[in-house]
Amino acid sequence: MMTKSVALKLGRSLPPLSVCLSGGLALIIIGGAFLAPWLAPYDPTDLASYDLMNAEYPPAFVEGGDPRFLLGTDNQGRDLLSAMMYGARVSIFIGGGAVLLSAMIGVFLGLVAGYYGGKVDALIMRCADVILSFPTILLALLVSGLARAVFPQAASAQWAPFILIAALATHEWVQYARTVRAATMVEGAKDYVRATKVIGLPARRIMLRHILPNVMGPVLVIATINLAGAVLTEATLSFLGVGMPPTYPSLGTLIRIGNEFLFSGIWWIAAFPAIVLVLLVLAVNVVGDWLRDRFNPKLRARS
Amino acid sequence: MFRAVSARLLQALLVMLVVAAVSFVMFRFVGDPVAMMAPETATVEERQELRVQLGLDQPMLQQFGLFVSRIAQGDLGISYRNQRPVAELLMERLPATMELVLVAVVLSVLVGIPLGVVCALRPNGILARLIQSSSLIGISTPTFVTGIVLILLFSVTLGWLPSFGRGEVVDIGWWSSGFFTLSGLKSLILPAITLSMFKVTLIMRLVRSEMIDVLTTDYIRFAKARGLPKNYIHYKLALRNALMPVITVIGLQIGALIAFAIVTETVFQWPGLGLLFIQAVSFVDIPVMASYLLLVGLLFVLINMAVDIVYAIVDPRLRTKAA
Repeated sequence: MMTKSVALKLGRSLPPLSVCLSGGLALIIIGGAFLAPWLAPYDPTDLASYDLMNAEYPPAFVEGGDPRFLLGTDNQGRDLLSAMMYGARVSIFIGGGAVLLSAMIGVFLGLVAGYYGGKVDALIMRCADVILSFPTILLALLVSGLARAVFPQAASAQWAPFILIAALATHEWVQYARTVRAATMVEGAKDYVRATKVIGLPARRIMLRHILPNVMGPVLVIATINLAGAVLTEATLSFLGVGMPPTYPSLGTLIRIGNEFLFSGIWWIAAFPAIVLVLLVLAVNVVGDWLRDRFNPKLRARS
Repeated sequence: MFRAVSARLLQALLVMLVVAAVSFVMFRFVGDPVAMMAPETATVEERQELRVQLGLDQPMLQQFGLFVSRIAQGDLGISYRNQRPVAELLMERLPATMELVLVAVVLSVLVGIPLGVVCALRPNGILARLIQSSSLIGISTPTFVTGIVLILLFSVTLGWLPSFGRGEVVDIGWWSSGFFTLSGLKSLILPAITLSMFKVTLIMRLVRSEMIDVLTTDYIRFAKARGLPKNYIHYKLALRNALMPVITVIGLQIGALIAFAIVTETVFQWPGLGLLFIQAVSFVDIPVMASYLLLVGLLFVLINMAVDIVYAIVDPRLRTKAA
């Protein structure tokens, strides 16, 4: 139902050129990232594939560059292009995972709060208020910092992505919960929901099968806008050194590594990942803004 | 009115209690405080004595009470890493962050409001479109990238401004200020621009939408019909009314800026609270982490509360809604 109506609305008129270009750009970056194991010339996560002797080659089109490494190499001799493709994959995986997890928690709590009201509602919404009292970045830093203190393997390549997803979702679910709660309250008063109650359907079925499909529109819009934010926050955490480790870098980790070499004239390690990061976030933001204006003019952007 | 304010106070108190509980849990359960605080040569008896002194042998609820009362007296514990009282460390770092945030707020207001007004007055003009598209780039560029680009441009390439530190500072009582020396002011420029960048976009977008709303109201149309001068209508009538919500948002953003300064301070090695916190995170220096959380939580709550209460006094419509 949902996807059909979206497709119909999209088909009515083509989006403006900037949105088409941004959508294309986002698809190229995301596609390149996901196909990294097949497209990338080297595997930067495989220790045997790189050699310290190749470290710090400039990009191939600059004097002193090596044609084997199109965008140069990093301080450990990894091919930067490959590292970036894998890095973008990590960034998108974490950003997408965080959006998915926070949407799931938020939609669930929002449905419950809006459907039952009363004390359950008050409890959930007070928790949301307390969480909103803190900026995303502080909460995320705290969660990942604590995870490392309690559980030393948290900083390892294997666990770091999941810690980051949890850290980001701790703050982001609130937005979904608030929106879904408000929408559920509106839907709950309508006749079709009352009818389902009268025929005695269980609450779970009413919420999931009848209310949920009607409140999903705004959730999808928030998710798109949040994806950009989540990728940015993950990059920030990695840049600060509490995100992905250098052995399995995300775009933010690569910029962190590059930042250390910036003053010695080695600009490419930081510059290329930064450009890809900004382009990705920009493209997703343009598409998200357009979606928001198109499907839900009342929904205001939150800082 | 009284009900609205007391409800707000209650919520603020609740938030602070949650924050205190989180820092207590951090302090008590993340690692063993005795093992971290006792010197390595301490005997079993000495350790036991420290345990009693810290009140760790008491029931949990009592420990929490003790923790809260110690905080209220300004005792935030000893940093594991530099073995100094945390309160002292925080006080040392506070001026640097506050000055940075203050300048960033002033900067974002001075730039954001005029840009928003331009966009609202001619929404389809070339200038407005240009500002709008650059604002999208603004929100899509992470703070640390902005900082790195500024350093590359103004410190490395042009050599005009320092890339790290605060420069020379002047001590005024316990407050160390970078406002009164040339090197202090020069060091402030790049970090402040970096920190304000995000908020410029936010303020600009907000001013724009508020101003567009106000410009379509009846009293503005009436003022136009009366033939009042354009500047008078735009700046005296429209802008003033558009600024009300903007002031609230700016107030709320100060708290966010304090937290966001963590990133800027890391890029510029600015010796403020944020740098202290990020170092504490990488060394698992729990007392510093917990105290930073408490301090920022307190500042945040105080600012939010002040803004809400001022707003409730100024705008009578909000009183009934809040109560």
